[in-house]
Amino acid sequence: MTINDFEKKYNKEDINEYLAQVKEQDKKINSFLYLKKDLSKEIGVPIAIKDMISTKGIVTTAGSKILENYIPPYNATVIDKLERNGYFVIGKTNMDEFAMGSSTENSAYFTTKNPKDLSLVPGGSSGGSAAAVSAGFVPVSLGTDTGGSIRQPASFCGIVGFCPSYGAVSRYGVIAMASSFDQVGVFANNIKDTKAVFDTIRGKDEKDATSFDLPSEKVSESNIIKIGIPENILEGVSKEVKIAFENTVTSLKKNGIEFVQVANTNLQQALAVYYILVPSEVSSNLARFDGVKYGKRENAEDLIELYTKTRTKYLGSEPKRRTIIGTYALSAGYSDKYYKKANILRQQVKDYYTKIFESVDLIMTPTTPTTAFKIGAVQTPIELYLGDIYTTVTKLAGLPAISIPANTNDKLPVGIQFIAGHKKDLQLLQISEKIEQCLQTY
Amino acid sequence: MNYELVIGLEVHIQPNTKSKMFCSCSADIFAAKPNSHTCPTCLGLPGALPVPNKMAIEQLIKLGFAFGCNINLNSKFDRKHYYYPDLPKGYQISQYDKPFCVGGKVVLEGGKEIRITRIHMEEDTGKLSHVENKTLVDYNRSGMPLIELVTEPDFKSLQDLDIFTRELRLILRHLNISDADMEKGQLRLEANVSVRKIGEVNLPNYKVELKNINSFKFMLKAIEFEFKRQSEILESGKTPAQETRGWNENKNETFLQRTKETADDYRYFPEPDIPPILLKQSYVDSLAKCVDDLPIIKRERLKNELGLSEHEINVFINDLGLLKHFYELIKLSEIVNAKDIAKKLVNSKESQKLSAQEFFDLLKNEKSSVITNIDELKEIIKTVITENQKAYEDFKNGNENSIQFLVGQVMKKTKGKADAGVVINIIKGLNGNSLN
Ligand SMILES: [Zn+2]
Repeated sequence: MTINDFEKKYNKEDINEYLAQVKEQDKKINSFLYLKKDLSKEIGVPIAIKDMISTKGIVTTAGSKILENYIPPYNATVIDKLERNGYFVIGKTNMDEFAMGSSTENSAYFTTKNPKDLSLVPGGSSGGSAAAVSAGFVPVSLGTDTGGSIRQPASFCGIVGFCPSYGAVSRYGVIAMASSFDQVGVFANNIKDTKAVFDTIRGKDEKDATSFDLPSEKVSESNIIKIGIPENILEGVSKEVKIAFENTVTSLKKNGIEFVQVANTNLQQALAVYYILVPSEVSSNLARFDGVKYGKRENAEDLIELYTKTRTKYLGSEPKRRTIIGTYALSAGYSDKYYKKANILRQQVKDYYTKIFESVDLIMTPTTPTTAFKIGAVQTPIELYLGDIYTTVTKLAGLPAISIPANTNDKLPVGIQFIAGHKKDLQLLQISEKIEQCLQTY
Repeated sequence: MNYELVIGLEVHIQPNTKSKMFCSCSADIFAAKPNSHTCPTCLGLPGALPVPNKMAIEQLIKLGFAFGCNINLNSKFDRKHYYYPDLPKGYQISQYDKPFCVGGKVVLEGGKEIRITRIHMEEDTGKLSHVENKTLVDYNRSGMPLIELVTEPDFKSLQDLDIFTRELRLILRHLNISDADMEKGQLRLEANVSVRKIGEVNLPNYKVELKNINSFKFMLKAIEFEFKRQSEILESGKTPAQETRGWNENKNETFLQRTKETADDYRYFPEPDIPPILLKQSYVDSLAKCVDDLPIIKRERLKNELGLSEHEINVFINDLGLLKHFYELIKLSEIVNAKDIAKKLVNSKESQKLSAQEFFDLLKNEKSSVITNIDELKEIIKTVITENQKAYEDFKNGNENSIQFLVGQVMKKTKGKADAGVVINIIKGLNGNSLN
């Protein structure tokens, strides 16, 4: 269901009937943690919001028990912008706890199911937002992407998922996982709707010192689009992904898009860098959840016991794991070896991309090495981390990237990732529209 | 005992700003209702972000100029981690390896030099209060800007410390950096105190941190106590423990707050929510002119340009409001000279409260009340002229300085009881006056 479809299908009078349908159908999918009870006063296009984003007066849990009772007294900037520009929040969607995970199985509440196949995960961490769009509950939704949390579920659920340049969208009011990586982005069924929502939420925010306005220059229509494919990029991907990827190249070539091979970066190393830096920031950002000011608190005899009992009981295993790793990586004596070294390598990844984008408009990779996996199938954190190999690396450089569904004969969707240079978000979306036409996915 | 003190200071200064350090909450928090000056950012609510306060940074850089520090054009904020209920985010935004200012020094009265290690910016914490068996937190102070100034361990006596603190307070007030009111917590001192044998050049291998002492008087007492305590330990052949101590007002002694056997690990890393602060040279240069307002410069001006006495200068330098009033009066006065204004203001508290018009009337009346008889005045002037024929000739030839000299002589003869304006008029033969 696109924005256009929604507007054609529902009138203001039957908006609560629409809500009732969503509520009924979501019993199978479990995409929402919270759905509004009455939409009769709402005007515009419904949008589902990942529960990582603060909504004034509406419980915002970040998928964690520790915030089970937390009601923000303020709206994230993106929510204010949406509500002022013709959108209304229909509800809050399920996610991996504090956005740590790739399947929603780390949600402290329940696991969301993939609307394409209920035995599969929808991906994560923004799995609820992806599923809500994929299931046709809403035309658009917001997610957050720290290492692939929008693009991977978009790929698993067969929809468009766009992660903007770091700083293109305000993070004010977005619960922090890893502050130098987190970015709000959009799920939709097509590029047009993606762009409509993105244009509404982007721009410099006085309350976010890292935010900025994007330059607005366009790609000339007469230009031949040149896409770079990193060498050996299909190493280790599943058969379905390989076929979908190659078919996409063929379709795009037919439509006059040029392809060149470009150097690859050391993806394994990039993943290692990511899993040092992100936990480091996590250990810092999650420190505020201490039971003192808001959220859940355990009774205790003294302060240390209050902290320990509260955090032990109400934080899940992945937040704990990353807090421990991050605390270690930042500790005196280890910080030089891990945190600082990882930052040097992060700069190398940025330099790598800067060089590549001197000669190509976009880089194309699979979004994920495999299609959606079965609920409960992935056992170890490392397996899960490896699934993010194509999406984490772009975040080291803060680049905009989009996952677009490939044209596949298989039942399960495959997403193709297109990456652009820093702040080239508008050009990426412009070219994505053309790619979308070529692929005729819709 | 042949021991001497070695003291380094850490000074926390609350700069004058309109809003807090990283949010738009009003900084006017003194005596405000608990938690009335808070927002998502200074409460550390999930998702809230910090945006640095330009004015606070400006205040810090001014202080840097006052001490001749190097200003880092490329600076950044860092997160300093520890858990405490008054610290809502679980970390304090501070500066680690790239503070705004490094180096610098101040030369104390008497020539003693104190080196400044660094001056950095950070945010303040909230305040805990314990009521019966409950602990309450007031976050009004949370996120208030704090300038931290760290000195080298260059203080050897309580007197050094006293002079430095007075001078620092004057600098802060004259540059309008802070009101530096210790009672309001706008100026807080921590001292790292150790003791060594006189003649020893190496720094002691331990230090005792004196913390949470809210009055300067008590800080001096605490250091005095520590000198005795540590000297005795050293005398017995032991080394005092590395620890933090406070001051017990009732017992008149320091007490152990916390031992510091290992270095704290604050897990500093660059604050990702605030991009590095890149200051333009031209912007920094524009702040440098603040040194014109340094008390030492103002002292010189009062002495050299206006000829005030040491005592008068001290009164004005220690009372900024009065100094400002003094300069306004000088600007408004046409005939009364600055020295007279200063003398009156310094010697009569009542005169300080008068409006400019009232003040000048008072001065005039006092003077004319002494010598009301114009003929008497003329006789004195005639005598002065006779005694200073050369100066009078010069005056007639158009030398303005000579008339000041003659007026001065008249003042001397009348012991200052003549109205300078009237004397000038008589000598010049103005307003119907003439010497004859
Ligand atoms: Zn505030």
